[in-house]
Amino acid sequence: MAIQRRRFLAALGGGATAALAGCTAFGQDESGPEVAGETLTLTTTTSTYDTGLLDELNAPFQDMYGVTVDAVAQGTGQALETARAGDSDVVMVHARSLEDEFMQEGYGVNRRDLMFNDFVIVGPEGDPAGIEGTESATEAFATIADAGETFVSRGDNSGTHTKELAIWEAAGVEPGGDWYQETGQGMGEVLNIANQQGGYTLSDRGTYLSQRAESDLVILVQGPIEGGPELLANPYGIMAVNPAVHDNVNYDLAMAYIGYITSPEGQRRIEEYTANGEQLFFPEALSEDPDFQQYVPEGWSADDEG
Amino acid sequence: MLAGAPDAVLVFGEFPFESQYVTSIIQVSLYVSLAAVALSTLVSIPTALLVGFTDFPGKRLVTAVINTGMGFPSVVVGLLVLFAVSNQGPLGEFGLVFTKEAMIMSQIVLATPPITGISLAAVTGVDDSVRDAARALGGTRLDVALVVVKEARYGIATAILAGFGRAISEVGSVLIVGGNIAGADGVSKTRTLTTAIQLEARQGSYDTAMVLGALLLVLVLTVNAVVVRLGDGGTLR
Repeated sequence: MAIQRRRFLAALGGGATAALAGCTAFGQDESGPEVAGETLTLTTTTSTYDTGLLDELNAPFQDMYGVTVDAVAQGTGQALETARAGDSDVVMVHARSLEDEFMQEGYGVNRRDLMFNDFVIVGPEGDPAGIEGTESATEAFATIADAGETFVSRGDNSGTHTKELAIWEAAGVEPGGDWYQETGQGMGEVLNIANQQGGYTLSDRGTYLSQRAESDLVILVQGPIEGGPELLANPYGIMAVNPAVHDNVNYDLAMAYIGYITSPEGQRRIEEYTANGEQLFFPEALSEDPDFQQYVPEGWSADDEG
Repeated sequence: MLAGAPDAVLVFGEFPFESQYVTSIIQVSLYVSLAAVALSTLVSIPTALLVGFTDFPGKRLVTAVINTGMGFPSVVVGLLVLFAVSNQGPLGEFGLVFTKEAMIMSQIVLATPPITGISLAAVTGVDDSVRDAARALGGTRLDVALVVVKEARYGIATAILAGFGRAISEVGSVLIVGGNIAGADGVSKTRTLTTAIQLEARQGSYDTAMVLGALLLVLVLTVNAVVVRLGDGGTLR
């Protein structure tokens, strides 16, 4: 249950908090940049938060720098919107098209690929639409639509919702009608609703796995981690809010956070994090060869200026 | 594990949180709601006395506005406060977004109308003879007001409780302006009991949510009991 992480983290954090209390007051962190005592506001998607990964990453970062991370869990769309308003310093999301838009508009800088997991299509064990064994996500979606079986959509402009809409589009289906339910809620809630209604939904693997204990839903179409279609890939990126647009943002601390989370240590923590005995996220920042594409929004060219 | 223990014992034996997490959430809930109710009361009671005992053009309109405010949708309040405190908003320079102060602001907007409205009903319900007597005995306007407040104390206590009830049970607006933030060390910054319940329900941890819900109920009942007791204190004992 979600509770064990609290227990663990509180044990971990208890001593650290006491140490910190002294540390921050005098700014004793000699080696680090001058950020001790400051607060970083991170907006992120519910999946990183609800799986417990964020606590796992943030506690050591806070100790290392003597800072506080205020993590606000929103959908990807809302998280980017909060960052656009300059109300957060760094944003960690999973919808490349929305991230590119954010970068192109000049709100974000220094985008880094962070990690990935994948999406899975889940549904009731009985599988009334009969999509189990389907190799293609678009085919599975089309089958659900044809059968008119309940499909529960996030409907909240989140990263998962963006992906879902992309799959419907690729499947050539305009979702709508009685069988298609937009909830406007987080992934966890949508899984609950799908579970209650015996419906299908698209879920990130992490949230599904961390919640599997409370649900009867099963994976019917796998994502690329288990050999499923590449369309179901779910890459996460992290960006600092551009200090040239919002001079109130804590850019130094944002970059320290991005540096930490893409460092070997941060990546190791991502790799080692499990829920119900399964790895939820796969690190992607460490790479043999430089991947410049991660900094550059797709389709970025001189023509796009102005 | 308390194998074989009755269910009730099991629930408490396996209390599913670090106490620091829960106490900090309760602290934030109480701090935000009580601060908001206290500030609202400071505005509400003088307003209720003023509106109740003076005649002025537009009095009915003011009363109507107060009564309408009681039903003002809380998420709209949250949204408006967010716009105000966001870095782009008029109060942006103070950096209030995702803080307890922003939550208090939205709670004040929510709690003031019920406290004012119910207090208004209470003070206008005080018999005119009480005021006349106080005035006849040479009381200043303040003395008269105090006598009226004393007479109406049960109604005013009800008003404050209604305001507190609205504030502590609020989810939507505090989620929008507060961000439901708890540190990785398990200490709440802007997480309240209600937003924690929302979070646990989102994660499918309904039993954990239920425990928090029970705590919220106990908290509300305790505060109500204390206020009722204080209301009685003057005369009944």
